[in-house]
Amino acid sequence: MSDGEAGAPPPVIDVQGVTKAFGAKTVVDHIDMCVRAGEIYGFLGPNGSGKTTFLRMLCGLLTPDEGTGTCLGFDIRRESLSIKREVGYMTQRFSHYEDLSIRENLDFVARLYGIPKRRAAVDQTLEQLGLVERQRQLAGQLSGGWKQRLALAACLLHQPKLLLLDEPTAGVDPKARRDFWEQIHGLAAKGLTVMITTHYMDEAERCHRLAYIARGRLMTRGTVEEVIERAALATFEVRAGNRPELIARLRSAPAIAQVVPFGNSLHVSGPDRRAIEAVLAEQVGSDSAWKQIDSSLEDVFISLMTEAERAPR
Amino acid sequence: MNRVFSLTRLFAIVAKEFVQMRRDRLTFAMVLGIPLMQLVLFGFAINSDPRHLPTAALIEDHSAFSRGLIAAMENSEYFDLTEVVESEARAQELIERGEVQFVLHVPQGFARDLLRGERPQLLLLADATDPAATSNALASLDEVLRRVLGRELDGPNAWLLSTPPAAALVVHAAYNPERISQYNIVPGLMGVVLTMTMVLITGLAITRESERGTMENLLATPARPVEITLGKIIPYVLMGYLQAGLILLAAKFLFAVPMVGSIPLLAAVTLIFIAANLAIGITFSTIARNQLQAMQMGFFFFLPSILLSGFMFPFRGLPVWAQYIGEVLPLTHFLRIVRGILLKGNGIEAIAHEVGPMALFALVALLIGLTRFRQTLD
Repeated sequence: MSDGEAGAPPPVIDVQGVTKAFGAKTVVDHIDMCVRAGEIYGFLGPNGSGKTTFLRMLCGLLTPDEGTGTCLGFDIRRESLSIKREVGYMTQRFSHYEDLSIRENLDFVARLYGIPKRRAAVDQTLEQLGLVERQRQLAGQLSGGWKQRLALAACLLHQPKLLLLDEPTAGVDPKARRDFWEQIHGLAAKGLTVMITTHYMDEAERCHRLAYIARGRLMTRGTVEEVIERAALATFEVRAGNRPELIARLRSAPAIAQVVPFGNSLHVSGPDRRAIEAVLAEQVGSDSAWKQIDSSLEDVFISLMTEAERAPR
Repeated sequence: MNRVFSLTRLFAIVAKEFVQMRRDRLTFAMVLGIPLMQLVLFGFAINSDPRHLPTAALIEDHSAFSRGLIAAMENSEYFDLTEVVESEARAQELIERGEVQFVLHVPQGFARDLLRGERPQLLLLADATDPAATSNALASLDEVLRRVLGRELDGPNAWLLSTPPAAALVVHAAYNPERISQYNIVPGLMGVVLTMTMVLITGLAITRESERGTMENLLATPARPVEITLGKIIPYVLMGYLQAGLILLAAKFLFAVPMVGSIPLLAAVTLIFIAANLAIGITFSTIARNQLQAMQMGFFFFLPSILLSGFMFPFRGLPVWAQYIGEVLPLTHFLRIVRGILLKGNGIEAIAHEVGPMALFALVALLIGLTRFRQTLD
């Protein structure tokens, strides 16, 4: 699972063995990660898997218990203040002032970063994100999509080199999500590095590379193709109706790792193609009702998640 | 299932409230703690009939009579002789600094004049800034004097006991001769109002950032804890001055409270007092997890401040343990300072011993607050 390539751009995030525990619970468990300049790096994992904690450690909001490394060339343990200056961090929950207008919020952030020519910088960012007409509106009155734009604008004001975005598109409509991703790709093309957490598979596929964590541990990483290939998962589509007793029978078969209903069909996957075929032949019958398909990213992630849940701690 | 009123639904809400109540331990503790505190403070600490008031004596006539008078005053339990002074200047200083409530002055030749039937005068100088603190003691004094005269003037001198009395007691109620309680309450109110708003507002202002999630954003920027804390405090310092100014104006023009001392001095000391209260507010905000808790902690601090500081009840009427608590609170010292400056015309020397403890309190509270205020979310 090497991230290194000859002639690749320099790493922006390069950390090893990062660990964080809250009380007895290890939330992030020895994670290594290397993200290179200009990359859009997707960070995926189920809820509570430690994604937010990991991002907070990268931008100096939390101190790791163990592990070393650098973010933008600064030591993540000792130089968090220097990191904060060059990172744009977008929190999962909207965390700007609802009783200030868009412009006032941006102005406030610009002052905190001591941005020279503040007015011009705020104007430019408003323009860039299409917020000019709403600049006098109170943040509390904005809908989810506009709030998200404001939050992104606030992250970009000080021209960071790295964006850490924590589920930026949660609760945002498809159109606004698409616009958002256009922005992200445009920024990455200009050399900005972006690390983004998401639960949406279509968004994961828009990333240059991915990492998947579950229960604080890194399960896999690489490009979408690499992740799917490495999982070595055989997936079948079964068109025999979503009868609960059929799902139960398939699930009880040892060869089958997971059965997921997809609309009117089932996705059945497991590590051993032949063993699954044998089960399907017995349980479903005629092979006209099932066929092998390419495993999707979602199939892989669900199987990784199940695997992590079964693994002893 | 669409009845107008459903017990099941009602029960669901009641049960949920109880679960939430149990989760919010601090609120629950306060709900029990505040009445307990009130019970103790009102039940045990508050005594509106203060006794054992510190009294100095300036005795220029050493006689059986003056000794008898002092013994009788002490027996009344209202007066405790704390110091025998040699000069009027020293007596004045003790009153100014608030170290004694009364000075008894037995003038030269008192016993001789008494026996000659010349009806000499006894002088009692009382610090009347708080009329409530002195009234009962003063009322008891006439009776004390009558008894002492009755004991001392026996046998051949008994004829002196006829009316009018053989000796006259002249009470000089210093600083507030008309014993108007507003003179005491209105300046004191300045301290009370500042305590309430400063502690509550800072507590709320900082917990609001955490509650709404904006603190996470703030901490992700290069802003340092000191900058965040001071930045949140300074607007409220100005607001505190606005309140203080308003009360002073009202005191002067509405209540005609005399203002003998230096207003700039008062303004300077007020800054320390405001700082002490803001520091407490910050410390509370680092403990409280939401605005409700911060509010309750504010009240938890406010209650003893108002009851044990000498604002509502004379400080010297409190039992010793309550006086110790009162001495810690900044309001106690601030009240003495405000009354000292406005009513007595105290200068910096006369109030220095009250400023010290207040500044110390501010410093300790600020240190606790700043150490607890973390830059990270650990």
